[in-house]
Amino acid sequence: MGEDGKKSLAMVVMSGDMDKLFGAFIIATGAAAMGMEVTMFFTFWGLRAIKKNVSTGKTLFGRMLGAMYGGDISKANPSKFSFGGMGRWMFGKMMGNHNVSKLIELRDLAVQLGVNMYGCQMSMDVMEIPQDAFIDGVKEPVGVGFFLLKAQDAEIQLFI
Amino acid sequence: MSDDIKVDLELDLKGLLCPLPMVKVSQNITNVPVGGIIRAVATDPGAMADIPAWAASTGNEIVSADKTGSEFVFLVKRLK
Repeated sequence: MGEDGKKSLAMVVMSGDMDKLFGAFIIATGAAAMGMEVTMFFTFWGLRAIKKNVSTGKTLFGRMLGAMYGGDISKANPSKFSFGGMGRWMFGKMMGNHNVSKLIELRDLAVQLGVNMYGCQMSMDVMEIPQDAFIDGVKEPVGVGFFLLKAQDAEIQLFI
Repeated sequence: MSDDIKVDLELDLKGLLCPLPMVKVSQNITNVPVGGIIRAVATDPGAMADIPAWAASTGNEIVSADKTGSEFVFLVKRLK
């Protein structure tokens, strides 16, 4: 149960793949619409899903990572048939033809529906992504203890 | 469909895909009074399963869910 007696969903988003992020945000927006309290804990490759399109990194490696895995959620490639960006373009076209929302629109809808989004402090430190690189609506970073507390009180726990 | 049901809000969900039909119903349910009715028209066949599931989860009522041609017409009653 969530804080006000609502059912709740706790989700780890570790993947930065386009297809998996679609799944994560469709489930999150659906759960929010169904009146559930939703927690999304973004870690490692998942952090880009809540990033603005800004460059990050302090050290050489951090800046390299920021350059190679930078941008925002619209840079997410599919987990299969990536073909150096071609796959993203093709799936984007196909989804557009079938009138599916863009990933970034679903993500923003999730914020609008009150989905609670948190960055993982440890992976933000390792990947040198500061809190101010995130979009508005992302809450202050937390750790695994916070996530586990949410997860043990939730009816549904997912790892994506 | 009986004619004596008063519809408080018409919702056009045509062309929208999962999860949007359900999301739009949830965003609009508070725009009708308790006891009020939304008439929603969707074209996504998945809505036939999703909107009743939404109602069951949120404690609202599906008065009817009918397929007419390629459209799915829902009468949703706000219960709380």
